[in-house]
Amino acid sequence: MQLINALEVQRRIDQLKDQDIYLHLEMTTGAYASHNDSSKHPAATFISNASIQYSQGSISGVGPFRVGLKMERGWVYSEGLTHYEETEPERLIMAGHDSAGKLVVALQLSREPF
Amino acid sequence: MNKRILVVLPHPDDECFGLSGTLAKMIREGAEVTYACLTLGEMARTMGIPPFANRVTLPQVRKLELEASCRIIGIQDLRLLGFHDKTIEFEERELLDGSIGAILQELKPDIVFTFYPGYSVHPDHDATGAAVVRVIGGLPEKDRPVVYCMAFARDHQLAIGMPDTQFDVGDYLKQKIGSIQAHRSQFQVPGLDDKKPSREVRERFGTERFWTYRFE
Repeated sequence: MQLINALEVQRRIDQLKDQDIYLHLEMTTGAYASHNDSSKHPAATFISNASIQYSQGSISGVGPFRVGLKMERGWVYSEGLTHYEETEPERLIMAGHDSAGKLVVALQLSREPF
Repeated sequence: MNKRILVVLPHPDDECFGLSGTLAKMIREGAEVTYACLTLGEMARTMGIPPFANRVTLPQVRKLELEASCRIIGIQDLRLLGFHDKTIEFEERELLDGSIGAILQELKPDIVFTFYPGYSVHPDHDATGAAVVRVIGGLPEKDRPVVYCMAFARDHQLAIGMPDTQFDVGDYLKQKIGSIQAHRSQFQVPGLDDKKPSREVRERFGTERFWTYRFE
């Protein structure tokens, strides 16, 4: 994974719009968050291989970045994205890593299921 | 006859800190070990320290790490059951119990290692342990293997007491440290690279403790 290049990510978002794609979206504080520190609230959520289509999408901010995808009847929104996978030209793999390198948030789009 | 051992755990790396030394010791003494690993730990949030994997590559990375860990411990038979990380407690019970039951029936192990249901922190750990004791509890009493459980929830000893079984694995720290280090996408434990394990490492890793599951 590389640090996000917003221009390149925007290009890929545009390439995947107006078609049926698969979405993986997640956010997590880690399964051991409250075990390691009882003041922490453990939370995690993910949806994998949801079929969506968006008519407009963009990346915003100066890093960490936000992405919003406008669907016919709703939105996909993600904040805190820091990295993307440059070597995956067909798919858009993005994640937000914290200062310890751990994944906090992920947003992935692909024409094929993950 | 050599002992047959079945290990049922949900994630690659669940074996390394609490069990790898005991397995290495039992294998040295002639045991045959099958490790049924339910998932590939594909939802872990650690991608390497610093990160070298991503959400898409992680399952394959962790599969290779698990295979390396098993080789180092000496585990003869690794079964990947193909469930999805974080979903064990939500999985169809028939499917989950059926796949564990099939392996039990095939191997008829003397000993089963798993997590203590309810006292093992991660929902997948608890759900895996619960499935194992559910399936074994359904067997006639004479056919039940001994079930040794790992537990590490906060204050678990208030509920289940002290571990009743422990193994000195001081002679198997090489395998144990090798197993921990095999899972390099998940851990970086300081002090393990030394040629000879320090006293601190020996004290921290030299004993593995278990609770024998008591069926009602």
